[in-house]
Amino acid sequence: MMVKQISLFLENKEGRLARVCRILGDAGINIRALSIADTSNFGVLRLIVNQPDTAYNILKQNGFVVDITEVIAVEVPDQPGGLAGTLEILEKKNINVEYMYAFLGTTSQDALVILRVENIAGAVETLEAANVKVLEGEEVYSL
Amino acid sequence: MPREQLKDLQLERLRKTLERVYHNVPFYRQKLQEAGFEPGDLQSLDDLQKLPFTAKQDLRDNYPFGMFAVPMSEIVRVHASSGTTGKPTVVGYTRSDINTWAELMARTLTCGGTTKNSVIQVAYGYGLFTGGLGVHYGAERIGASVIPISGGNTQRQIMLMEDFGTTVLACTPSYAIYLAEAMEEMGVDKNRLKLQYGVFGAEPWSERMRQEIEKRLNIKAIDIYGLSEVIGPGVASECQEQKGLHIFEDHFLPEVIDPVTEKPLPFGEKGELVFTSLTKEGIPIIRYRTRDITTLKAEVCSCGRTHVRMEKVMGRTDDMLIIRGVNVFPSQIESVLLEIGDTEPHYLLVVDRKGSLDELEVQVEVSQAMFSDKVKGLETLEKTIHHRIESLLGISAKVKLVEPHSIPRSEGKAKRVIDKRSL
Repeated sequence: MMVKQISLFLENKEGRLARVCRILGDAGINIRALSIADTSNFGVLRLIVNQPDTAYNILKQNGFVVDITEVIAVEVPDQPGGLAGTLEILEKKNINVEYMYAFLGTTSQDALVILRVENIAGAVETLEAANVKVLEGEEVYSL
Repeated sequence: MPREQLKDLQLERLRKTLERVYHNVPFYRQKLQEAGFEPGDLQSLDDLQKLPFTAKQDLRDNYPFGMFAVPMSEIVRVHASSGTTGKPTVVGYTRSDINTWAELMARTLTCGGTTKNSVIQVAYGYGLFTGGLGVHYGAERIGASVIPISGGNTQRQIMLMEDFGTTVLACTPSYAIYLAEAMEEMGVDKNRLKLQYGVFGAEPWSERMRQEIEKRLNIKAIDIYGLSEVIGPGVASECQEQKGLHIFEDHFLPEVIDPVTEKPLPFGEKGELVFTSLTKEGIPIIRYRTRDITTLKAEVCSCGRTHVRMEKVMGRTDDMLIIRGVNVFPSQIESVLLEIGDTEPHYLLVVDRKGSLDELEVQVEVSQAMFSDKVKGLETLEKTIHHRIESLLGISAKVKLVEPHSIPRSEGKAKRVIDKRSL
């Protein structure tokens, strides 16, 4: 129930993001979702791609500091209060969300969000018990 | 030897040295005359401050034999530096100097733990460089079994270490690490080696590097210190307590000076190490500026030795920066980064002046070990580096994390400083 997320360190200067995208594009890797957390000096780019291991190796070969982090992908009802309901399920169990971002494309009626939590197994169990759909890595990469 | 007695001995020997250089070395005669000092003026060791300094350049200017205090017929050995930055600096030894040197190296090795039962592999280079022959003569003086293999030829070094049952390794600390790596690659079982300890010197090395050598070779790593202008190895050595290097003060008079004002500093303060030789005949040296930065301490060591100790040398005045009046060495920043990261850090110090205030920016390449995909983690890293620099140096530096390989590499010595100030 885990999704491999690629995260890498980027300096805040022009052309760096474009360079990452170009490297991945040239390797035939498709970006499914991304988020950038930034400060005035640097940013952390987080990516969900169709081939995480290949992307990791290629970025590493190109000299980036890159890591694979495990996150979970969750379907939330695409309606007002949909996300709130899902987050409240976690909150009740004291599971803290470290960061999250939305997934770009989906096939169902629902929206997809990526969640990074400390206790992945606990979060998955809690969400499933509340009938929230948690996606497998393979499902996400091939969306 | 009690310190009062030692001081008397030093004074007597200093007087002889001054007589020798005044009468035999035109360079010193002129320097002393300029300073208005004659050998007879020497009253106490405090008069040392009135004597002129000797710099490396003085040896170069007097290339090759201008600093010698005896005729060539008295010289039995010549050593020289590699001369990578110009003419080499040449030093000469009389028979008595060679004897003294062997005695000092025997002390150095005994300090570390060498006995007549030791098998010592001398992997310092032999030749014009003082390391190989220096250790060699000292080890023979003790009566240890010497393997004079010299530097390089790593596989052979390891084979002999195994087959001859080497107990003491003598080489540069970086070569010790290299040997450890080579053993790991070759699959050598280190438990089968008889190595007990190593004497390492000829380049500055950190405490961290010591820990690495000790762990990887499963030995005790002893720091030894010397430089050819003073005599070679055998100027100072750590004992097994590893709490600073005992300076052999009956032969060399140490001082620590402020590198800028050139004024002597009291014990305990960090500054540039300066040596005056007390017994050398071939090339006596007066107040030689080593460029090495250290601190002297007078307390008696827990091993019982009474000679003054110097701290491990970690920096040189050549790469010292003065920021808001504070002396800053790249090696100090490096030690902070080494504590935090896991590998050798790539960093750059950028100094600029904003208004009337100096600003220091420390650029640090983020390594895999430092990276966190949480912004908070990286900000904590920046803050930690900032705080540690502040507590170590007392100045506030701006820390900037940069991508790997974004700091330019150089083929030789790494460039660590960009000083944009126009002073």
